[in-house]
Amino acid sequence: MKLKQLEGLLGDLEQFSNPIVELEQYPTGPHIASRMLFTAENSYGDITDKIVADFGCGCGTLSVAAALLDAASVIGFDIDPQSLETATLNAEELEVEIDFVQCDITKLELKGQIVDTVVMNPPFGTRKKGADMEFLSAAMKVASHAVYSLHKTSTREHIKRAALRDFNAKSAEVLCELRYDLPKLYKFHKRKEVDIAVDLWRFEPKHN
Amino acid sequence: MRLITHNMLSCNIKGVTNGFPLRIEAGNVIEKEVDFNPDFIRHMFAKLEWKALVEGARSMGYAELPEDSPDAAVLESDESFLKKLHHALLELHLEEGALVCPKTGRKFPVNKGIPNMLLHEDEV
Repeated sequence: MKLKQLEGLLGDLEQFSNPIVELEQYPTGPHIASRMLFTAENSYGDITDKIVADFGCGCGTLSVAAALLDAASVIGFDIDPQSLETATLNAEELEVEIDFVQCDITKLELKGQIVDTVVMNPPFGTRKKGADMEFLSAAMKVASHAVYSLHKTSTREHIKRAALRDFNAKSAEVLCELRYDLPKLYKFHKRKEVDIAVDLWRFEPKHN
Repeated sequence: MRLITHNMLSCNIKGVTNGFPLRIEAGNVIEKEVDFNPDFIRHMFAKLEWKALVEGARSMGYAELPEDSPDAAVLESDESFLKKLHHALLELHLEEGALVCPKTGRKFPVNKGIPNMLLHEDEV
């Protein structure tokens, strides 16, 4: 599948109807999502025929992208039942199979080494402090080969240090810097649209 | 929820040390065909908890998998076995039912294919 085609398909997905600000529910735009997954597969072979988990999957944008790039199996995890319903509809609409699990990612216990790759657009920690680190820690425990994640560029040094020192990372690399355009979603947003600089990270855990 | 996912889910109630595997109470199971990829199935085999898979499949109405985990030679030569494994892992969907903790009996409901693993306040 070509990048443009993937981006087009992801652009048609349903997004949050009533986003919950405390969970930092923001859609992952098709531009970022397509590039993230495309890079994961084309540069590293981490998606096709692999078992992919999407942490904080929301409406399932990254999960659907992984499925469209022929992951062998995709599992989306999220705490919010309404998002998971939307995600289910999105998967049906694009005729891809995705298993969804409702849970608190920080309390998740997954057994074994089944998951190859974790992809995620986690909360940045602007509402619940440290949420970004909790997600990264959880992802590094589960992935046997790689974790792809988005974090604010302003947290770059902090993330790198934590990953290598505390979360068992063999490597922590910023693949590229992207502009995340956030539309005015919540009442407290003053500007119509705002652009924040985010890093697309690739982490490799030590155990495998 | 398919058995490939069930094979990694564990009970996460505080204090429960071995909450795996979750027992399946099947209310509604549906089957959906997906393309057979023998290389992937062979590769998956080594990572699976075999007993959990066999029991899970049986709970969902599929009893074709052997009780004991077969050895490597079977994987290479026996395509019908690979197809059974493929069917169990990827084509059976638990739509309604529950996943039950083997230690506490706590039921995690499954609705519209989605297990709800959220814990109550006294379980964290």
